[in-house]
Amino acid sequence: MSIMKRMSLIFRSKANTALDKAEDPRETLDYSYQRQLDLLTKVRRGVADVATSRKRVELQVNQLEQQSTKLQTQAEKAIGMDREDLAREALTRKSGLQQQITDLKTQHAQLQGEEEKLVLAQQRLQAKVESFRTRKETIKATYTAAEAQTKIGEAMSGIGEEMGDVGMAMQRAEDKTAAMQARAGAIDELLASGALDDASQPGGGDDISRELDAMSSTSDVEAELARMKGLSAPEQPAAIEGQASSGDILAEEPQTQAQPRTTGEQA
Amino acid sequence: MIVRILGEGQYDVADDALDELNRLDGAVEAAVDAGDEAAFVPALAALLEGVRSVGTAHAVDSLDESDLILPPEDATIDEVRELLGDEGLIPG
Repeated sequence: MSIMKRMSLIFRSKANTALDKAEDPRETLDYSYQRQLDLLTKVRRGVADVATSRKRVELQVNQLEQQSTKLQTQAEKAIGMDREDLAREALTRKSGLQQQITDLKTQHAQLQGEEEKLVLAQQRLQAKVESFRTRKETIKATYTAAEAQTKIGEAMSGIGEEMGDVGMAMQRAEDKTAAMQARAGAIDELLASGALDDASQPGGGDDISRELDAMSSTSDVEAELARMKGLSAPEQPAAIEGQASSGDILAEEPQTQAQPRTTGEQA
Repeated sequence: MIVRILGEGQYDVADDALDELNRLDGAVEAAVDAGDEAAFVPALAALLEGVRSVGTAHAVDSLDESDLILPPEDATIDEVRELLGDEGLIPG
């Protein structure tokens, strides 16, 4: 069983290095206990750090999902206005977002897993540190310095192994979180740059919206004019409301563009 | 004997279960030596599952040292190598 044995030997050698430092071995107990408390503090901080990363990913998923819903609405609106080109553009962008959302959800699950592991590690360490404290007081009260050595060795090796384990779990969680934070940072930058058409920006000016808005206001003006002239409203505004909810919004049918327009223009 | 799975905790394992665990450990060792990640992942999972199924959880507040220590479930072959090679080659 060489894997199991080798790993055990390595852990043991690390755990025992703290011994034999103080003149009175009983002082080693207090020194070790302080280190245990320090480690507990670090683990709690580690749990909080992973939770922060998890929440950041949650927030990004929400933002991207809002954006995705907006693009879906735009696509339906564009179809209602017989602008299949705009609808296609909106759906293409939505499909790109969907991939990001799936990736982020996978990351979220991983972070949640790390968080749960660290919480359990913290609980195990907490239980052992509490035992150690009791044992430490017993040893200090009952044994002389000369007698204490063996008892101290027993208490130290058990807690040392747990500390080594927890230390490793924290390192793993930190490594995984760091890799994800780099990606989360990249997505934040994309959102900030407007490349993902951040829906949260005031004024909400992405190019698809602007074009649809322009068409709506033109239609609205025509409708208003028609109403003032006492005529029935022209066909187009009615079509916006009517066709948007009909079932075949994605049906591909050849269209004739009444007015030439440049699409995909940036402003 | 007490077996620790890193990142998971300690288990009490009866001595007569060791033969089976040795067999499972052999598969992990072979995969590590061969650098065969595809074989390593299921071999490690089988070894850890073996410990969990024959063992019972050791008291969480005990200060007992483990007799054997195993890598965490999601360890990669490189991580295991790193764990073993940390302080030079220790002969098994």
